[in-house]
Amino acid sequence: MKQYLDFLWKCFRVSFVGDWRYHLWMFFLTAIALLGLNAWCTQLVNGLITTGMTDQVSWGLFIANFTFLVGMAAAAVMLVIPVYIYKNRELHDLVIFGELFAVAAIIMCMLFVTVDMGRPDRLHHMMMRFNFPMSLLTWDVIVLNVYLLLNLHICGYLIYCAYQRKMPAKWFYIPFVFVAIVWAISIHTVTAFLLVGLGGRPFWNQAIIAPRFIASAFAAGPAFIILTLIVIDKVTSYDVPKKAFTTLRNLILVAATINAFLLVSELFTEFYTDSSHLASTRYLWFGLHGKNALVPWIWTAVSFNSIALIILYLPISRIRGLLSIACVLLIIGVWIEKGMGLIVPAFTPTPIGELVEYFPTLNETLICLGIWAFGLLIYTICVRVTIPVLSGRLTVDSDVDRVRTLPDESNDSNETETETRKECSS
Amino acid sequence: MQLPILNNAKAYKGARKGATRRSFLRKSVAFAGGVTAFAAAISPLKDMKDAPARSLEDWFRDHYKELSQSEKDILFADLAKDVKDKYGIDVTIGDPRPIPGVEYGYALNLSRCNGNRACVHACVKENNQSRSPEIQYIRVVEMPSGTFDLENGSHNYDEESVPKDGHYYMPIQCHQCADPPCVKVCPVEATWQEEDGITVIDYDWCIGCRYCQAACPYWARHFNFAEPYIPPEELNPDMAYLSNRPRARGVMEKCHFCLQRTRKGRLPACLEACPTGARKFGNLLDPNSEVSQILRTKRIFVLKEDVGTRPRFFYYFDERTPRPRNKQNGGQA
Repeated sequence: MKQYLDFLWKCFRVSFVGDWRYHLWMFFLTAIALLGLNAWCTQLVNGLITTGMTDQVSWGLFIANFTFLVGMAAAAVMLVIPVYIYKNRELHDLVIFGELFAVAAIIMCMLFVTVDMGRPDRLHHMMMRFNFPMSLLTWDVIVLNVYLLLNLHICGYLIYCAYQRKMPAKWFYIPFVFVAIVWAISIHTVTAFLLVGLGGRPFWNQAIIAPRFIASAFAAGPAFIILTLIVIDKVTSYDVPKKAFTTLRNLILVAATINAFLLVSELFTEFYTDSSHLASTRYLWFGLHGKNALVPWIWTAVSFNSIALIILYLPISRIRGLLSIACVLLIIGVWIEKGMGLIVPAFTPTPIGELVEYFPTLNETLICLGIWAFGLLIYTICVRVTIPVLSGRLTVDSDVDRVRTLPDESNDSNETETETRKECSS
Repeated sequence: MQLPILNNAKAYKGARKGATRRSFLRKSVAFAGGVTAFAAAISPLKDMKDAPARSLEDWFRDHYKELSQSEKDILFADLAKDVKDKYGIDVTIGDPRPIPGVEYGYALNLSRCNGNRACVHACVKENNQSRSPEIQYIRVVEMPSGTFDLENGSHNYDEESVPKDGHYYMPIQCHQCADPPCVKVCPVEATWQEEDGITVIDYDWCIGCRYCQAACPYWARHFNFAEPYIPPEELNPDMAYLSNRPRARGVMEKCHFCLQRTRKGRLPACLEACPTGARKFGNLLDPNSEVSQILRTKRIFVLKEDVGTRPRFFYYFDERTPRPRNKQNGGQA
């Protein structure tokens, strides 16, 4: 126990160690996170009127980011599958980076749900009266929390073993790894079902949403991990095996292609039938009665996704620069498609035909940026601590100063995250 | 945080005492800066007017359904006192329970409704709805003749110039579904259907997630995006816990068939206010009630039957030439 506390204490201290770039990045994230906290406090005092949401469009950016991040968290296991199912040992350590991101993403998800609530002070009512199994929201609470625990356990245990210079006991983590794979699918399925089950919203009420959710997540998630690995490879002493990029790229290719196919199926069904259920879809793609706030967004998403897919299919995607461009495009594309493009149109027009458009406010946007910054802060710290542990420089018998005096290897995901930042703010 | 840094310094064998002091100073400044920045970030909270709860006991109070009568009495008295403090008006907060053998139903005569919105305004007054931001339980849609697609309707028509030729009017409010999707999705059971078919909300239990609002096919649920404003002189002092008592910011509300009136044998406010006689209300289980007779004899329909919610709110037409201002057809219903 004492040893474990000692480990946590060392981790805490290492998280403050780094060169100026690391400090600047952390300072930047902290500042944005605090701005977000400030905006949330303003919202707590004045109510959700500070957001762009209305009775007509009652879910907006918060839930959009939530659904997107659930996908990102789920997709973290995409690295696990080649490693544990196809026994691709070289990538073993990289799994940890994916799972750490899952942890950060789930924490962001929970924050997004919390800020979306009108009465976060009554969260404990969930413990006192839990509408399980009727409400899909309660399912989501369960699967997300369990997924968080699973990932904390797996990467926490592996890192602690590396720290102790011990071989991890297989029985103590492999079963959890397999549970986590299934669980990752479940968190995304449940989140999709949360929307799909509502008969009053024809835009959501279709079976294809859950498979599309998973396909798009399994494209965007590994894309984010590629970006992280590129940065780790570049700014730290940690060597990322080349094979990791190839494996991940192939995964993305398959997922993005399936996603595109499902999109075409969906659009064909909607537009060929041309029924009154089409209103929301038409609003999203072409605008309705002169209102077309989402049209530029969705076409941006489609073109980004297509360009990314084309780059990935060509051999030029072996070039790091192009690969990262494709990944960034893909993440932005999926963020739009699964966020604003999935949540907002379901509310426009309302079930009784009123067409009110949704425009996020500055305060609301700041809260979103703050949560992203906070999540990336957590992720950066996790990666910052993990790299010296995995490369054997931070162990049970070494001191933090060993990390300090060695040539710097921090500053994990600077560029990557600046890029994702953009996609969040846009 | 300081101590280990000093320990590290010992590891350097005290050779760099000055540097340590400088580093200690720098860390302290950074720490103080961080604390200040955090305090600044949460500073808007000092403008918070209402505490989340009166007391810890209040905060951890059980769900409405688990409260004993004596607990309820204390709670209702406290709530009445809150209203008195806020609005300066003495009110009674009752808790009328469903009457055994009663299941309420509503029937609306589309041939008669002329879109004057008297129901909307009466409802706002009776049920102490927020005037700013505006919350209304009833939405009247002006529909062009020849279509049933609500998307063709107008929500913001001018009520001074109704009825407009070539249009009919469709008031929509909570349909008190027998199979309500809003109740199904609520994660904390803050909303439920009572024995007389009325779906109610406990405003003190709602966490404001708005999932029910997403689930409702009739756009019947409304959210308090800000602290509701009601002019004190317009407050209706005859209140009930599950219906028209003042709501707080951040919770959901909806039509409850004026249960503070109907469970005491009165009619809903919207019905009383309607000058055209388009609205009919009564007990579906009583074969002699007006509503039951309408259901038997008129050509009735429910809105969005395809979503399977089984509404208790029925629409009907009662004449071949649907012109409400056409006097010679007026006496039929």
